[in-house]
Amino acid sequence: MAILEVQELSKRFGDVEVLRKINCSLEAGEALSIIGSSGSGKTTLLRCLNFLETPDAGRVLVRGETVFDAAEPKKPSEAALRRRRLHFGLVFQSFNLFPQYTALENVRLAGLLLAKERPDFREKRKEILTELNERAMFLLTDMGLADRAGHYPHQLSGGQQQRVAIARALALEPDILCFDEPTSALDPELTGEVLRVIRSLAEQRTTMIIVTHEMAFARDVADRAIFMDGGRVVEEGPARELIDHPQEERTRQFLSRYGALS
Amino acid sequence: MLATVLGALNQGFLKTLQLFGVTLLGAIPLGLIISFGSMTRFRPLRWLTRTVVWIVRGTPLMLQLIIIYYVPGQIMDSSPWPMGENGRFLASAIAFIFNYACYFSEIFRGGIEGVPRGQREAGQVLGMTRSQIFFRVELMQMVKRIMPPISNEIITLVKDTSLARIIAYEELIKAGYDFLKGSHGYSGLLWPLFFTGVYYLLFSGLLTILFNRTERRLDYFKV
Ligand SMILES: Nc1ncnc2c1ncn2[C@@H]1O[C@H](COP(=O)(O)OP(=O)(O)OP(=O)(O)O)[C@@H](O)[C@H]1O
Ligand SMILES: [Mg+2]
Repeated sequence: MAILEVQELSKRFGDVEVLRKINCSLEAGEALSIIGSSGSGKTTLLRCLNFLETPDAGRVLVRGETVFDAAEPKKPSEAALRRRRLHFGLVFQSFNLFPQYTALENVRLAGLLLAKERPDFREKRKEILTELNERAMFLLTDMGLADRAGHYPHQLSGGQQQRVAIARALALEPDILCFDEPTSALDPELTGEVLRVIRSLAEQRTTMIIVTHEMAFARDVADRAIFMDGGRVVEEGPARELIDHPQEERTRQFLSRYGALS
Repeated sequence: MLATVLGALNQGFLKTLQLFGVTLLGAIPLGLIISFGSMTRFRPLRWLTRTVVWIVRGTPLMLQLIIIYYVPGQIMDSSPWPMGENGRFLASAIAFIFNYACYFSEIFRGGIEGVPRGQREAGQVLGMTRSQIFFRVELMQMVKRIMPPISNEIITLVKDTSLARIIAYEELIKAGYDFLKGSHGYSGLLWPLFFTGVYYLLFSGLLTILFNRTERRLDYFKV
């Protein structure tokens, strides 16, 4: 069964139809890249999946369970919404680290707040805290940031901040990790370190959706790719094939603008 | 003579401090409430709040003091304020609290609206509740943002308390001025009035040091 299924998802802002009946699905362990020109709705799609926007129509299923259905008459309670949210993780273009916390605290915070709601938190406080610290430290080490754990965001480079943000998203073990142009806000010489980290996540079979303008990266790292235009999925297929041999004229035009087609 | 003057000035300074303290205690929470009013999605309330804030900030505090103290007595048969110094303190406190709450509310609004939207969204995506996001993520960033303008306002308040003299509240300046006009058996003494400046300088200097320290303690992160 697909881990994620998006059915007929639509979203409009005023008169603008930003998403028009988007359908797509994702298998566990698969990496999907989404490409498309500016304004085609890529960010909006990720924001809908992460419940930052409410779609006007359509459904989202995770492992067959409906987590969003626009036809559902009443809004889910805040608690239910939180549980559903945790299926997804999102890495923002602009990192959005919490400036008043160190790298380690950024990674640990959400897990700590969730742990505090556990009925056995008071008894097992020590163990839980140790476990959370170890996990955060493990993730930072994985990101190559073991020696930066005690640094505050403003003391880190953009590439380091984005890697902390990735560790923070991974800490809650989301089923599907979404990236919205994770390297767009970085100086060119810093994109490599972030792309390397995402590549290694793909090698570990992390289920991911990656919105990116780095065509070579989208082709090499993702299993499948989607080309979006005007709020529609225009073309979908194995990443290498779609980017090297697009079938649709619009995909071809887009890719040739990026110099991705030889 | 010196003892008499200093005694009188200390008395005045105590009254100045009282007005200062009461204003702070009242204006900070009231300012927070007003700032919520000025940001509410309910339009009539937002419009009303912003208009009131505009009027209060756009007119002199001295005028507001005079209106609050004298106008009710003109409209009604007798003044609603208690007789004497108590009444003058009460009227001053209300005028000051309301005036400063309006200034504070604008600073709070700037602090709240100044936290980037991405901070809240990052919290939401991580499954935090609204209150967790407010207390764990946004609050410190707001505090850091509003510290400098709030400090400025509070230093201004130290000196503004002297405006209460217009309704004869016996604050520090009035205590000094009385020696020029004639009281305690002295008249034509100019130096006590000037000497009040020393009190203001010392007190605002102390506050400045305090605020600088607080701001330095928030230096460990940048917003
Ligand atoms: N909150 C909003 N209100 C109104 N319009 C919006 C809003 N968010 C996005 N849009 C519009 O929706 C369209 C799609 O935006 P979106 O950010 O999803 O595009 P994108 O594919 O991510 O583009 P980019 O490559 O530039 O990031 C754009 O036309 C944008 O102006
Ligand atoms: Mg975008």
